[in-house]
Amino acid sequence: MRASAEGAGRVPVVHPIGAEGAFSWLWLIIALPLAGAVVLLVGGALARGALDRVGHWIGTGTVVGSFLVSLWLFISLLGRGEDERQIGQHLFTWFEVGELNVGMDLLYDPLSALFLLLITGVGSLIHVYSIGYMEHDVRRRRFFGYLNLFIAAMLVLVLGANYLVVFLGWEGVGLASYLLIGFWQHKHSAAAAAKKAFVINRVGDIGLSLAIALMFTTFGTTDFATISEQASGASQTTLNALGLLLLLGACGKSAQVPLQAWLLDAMEGPTPVSALIHAATMVTAGVYLVVRSNFIYELTPVAQTVVVIVATVTLLWGAILGCAKDDIKKALAGSTMSQIGYMMLAAGLGVAGYPFAIFHLLTHGFFKANMFLGAGSVMHGMNDDVDMRHYGGLRSFMPITFLTFAMGYLAIIGFPGFSGFFSKDKIIETALADNLVVGLCALLGAGITGFYMTRLMLMTFFGEKRWAKDVHPHESPSVMTVPLIVLAALSVLGGIMLLNDFIVDFLSPVTGVAEHHEPPLPAIVITMIVVGVVALGVAAAWFLVGRKEIARDAPQDVSFATRAARADLYGDAINDSLVVGPGRSMTTGLASFDRRGVDGVVEGGSAGVGAMSGVLRRVQNGFVRSYALSLLGGALLVVLALLAVNLA
Amino acid sequence: MTQYVVLSAILFTIGCIGVLTRRNAIVVFMCIELMLNAGNLALVAFAKQHGNLDGQIAAFFVMVVAAAEVVIGLAIIMTIFRTRRSASVDDASLLKY
Repeated sequence: MRASAEGAGRVPVVHPIGAEGAFSWLWLIIALPLAGAVVLLVGGALARGALDRVGHWIGTGTVVGSFLVSLWLFISLLGRGEDERQIGQHLFTWFEVGELNVGMDLLYDPLSALFLLLITGVGSLIHVYSIGYMEHDVRRRRFFGYLNLFIAAMLVLVLGANYLVVFLGWEGVGLASYLLIGFWQHKHSAAAAAKKAFVINRVGDIGLSLAIALMFTTFGTTDFATISEQASGASQTTLNALGLLLLLGACGKSAQVPLQAWLLDAMEGPTPVSALIHAATMVTAGVYLVVRSNFIYELTPVAQTVVVIVATVTLLWGAILGCAKDDIKKALAGSTMSQIGYMMLAAGLGVAGYPFAIFHLLTHGFFKANMFLGAGSVMHGMNDDVDMRHYGGLRSFMPITFLTFAMGYLAIIGFPGFSGFFSKDKIIETALADNLVVGLCALLGAGITGFYMTRLMLMTFFGEKRWAKDVHPHESPSVMTVPLIVLAALSVLGGIMLLNDFIVDFLSPVTGVAEHHEPPLPAIVITMIVVGVVALGVAAAWFLVGRKEIARDAPQDVSFATRAARADLYGDAINDSLVVGPGRSMTTGLASFDRRGVDGVVEGGSAGVGAMSGVLRRVQNGFVRSYALSLLGGALLVVLALLAVNLA
Repeated sequence: MTQYVVLSAILFTIGCIGVLTRRNAIVVFMCIELMLNAGNLALVAFAKQHGNLDGQIAAFFVMVVAAAEVVIGLAIIMTIFRTRRSASVDDASLLKY
């Protein structure tokens, strides 16, 4: 192992070698979905009828093609020695201004390889699913165009070899997310949610763009290779600032506290969008950014601590939201927020945590996409009703959806043997070894996860039927169930990535090799405790939800805690009172100052001049003799002035 | 010498007062001529004192200008009198605010 020879606990320098052979086709991975997006979005004007008929096949085909290329490259990468697993491809010079030279450079290494497989793999499945889900939507061609645009932007994000290319993809996924959340823009709530997501993401983007500017002034470039080499030479203040600014960017994209408020509203988009963008891929971009910037974070313990704090708060925050929501998609969104908190937590723990952050990211991508698509399938059968209080007893009516959903459920709560069990257990273990309080919070989060996911399962698939009268639940067509089955299989089997520590070793050229920390308790004991806590959560859900009658309308006489969680823990209220309200009063203040103050001075001044000239113009009275008198007066003044000067 | 300058000043003052107080355009005009000639007198007197011709030449110029002015001024007064049947300068006060 190369990295271990350099010393454990340090992150390796990014040092890509030139792309040759199979790897010279790297650009194709991005180009395929991009071409699909261009054809579907621009070509619609030329051949609307034909494209409307085959557009979804074009959209799906390009992503599947991209997946096949990714798979080919991944296998080629496995065939190479560890020293040769960072491959750079220079496409063209993006721009060149004075000292600045920014290239459109791609970097293919184990980290981006895994992301490519996740994005294009899960992306392909969701594209296939969308063919069925969006079948009756007249704008299906446009939907697939947007999905392709998103995939292309996300691939740019994870393949960029400098922060500016990453930023290009970063903004691209923000745009695609906006377009897709607001896809049903005729609904006021969807349009508002899209705008909210976009605006909150802008706050995060300020962090990333400032970080890029700071890199330019400090290092003169944003290339990963140069920065990872020179980062240790920068001042501690600069490194702290870089770490915190990058974290701000990550918070926006990954819905971490305090920029979390947009994610639950983003569920207004079509369900495949929620699965692809707001669960499996885009929201993990923040985790990617932190792991990718490991060469900065390893040098700034301050920023790492802040990452851990933010992540811990978020994982509990999201879990609490998930407990109170009756909207199935919002409950899942709260769970997403919480799980990304786990990934962020692992990323904040440094070298020991990076591989597990990515591991949990991948398994979460599988089981959360699975569950979101399952929720979509349920909604499909229930006339697009999202209220779990109107479900109940669906397991016998939607057997495939139920079984696949159950696989995702067992994976997310961490049932032994399922993928989420391995990934979450590793994160809790690492957290406990690092800091007891953080570890206990992560443990508590696992218990709450068990509670809210069990509640969701019980309310949806078990118990009495609480359907509306005109609903006839039915299983979805196979174009929707096949992706569910594949994702369910991945949710079950995702844990094999940890076999023989494969993922840890595979990622070590990027994330480094951890020093071995002895956890406070033997690993097997920690695992048993985690399983015990989860079992407690499940049991609590059974006693609090499963054994009781569930009202069709949400009861209002509930405890303060439930009310708070239903109101998103007052996230919107906090934003309103801290940012929106002051901002609004500032603008009204500025507007009234402009009207009264600035306009007052200008208009008052001109009115004064007007009035004065009205008085002065009376001098022009038409009487020649008065003119003569003023002439005489003037002449006398001149003479007196001359005399005064001469005599003085 | 002093007498000439004093006389010039007296004539100029008379002309000034005439311009300011009289209403008849012809009289005002005559007063202007009086002021001009008062100026001429002073110029000639100073020329005599300094023993050169500068002042006298200036006086000639003033006379020429005064003659030209009389031609135009009287013509204007005649025209105003024809249209308004009045030679009062106060009556011709249309050009004002």
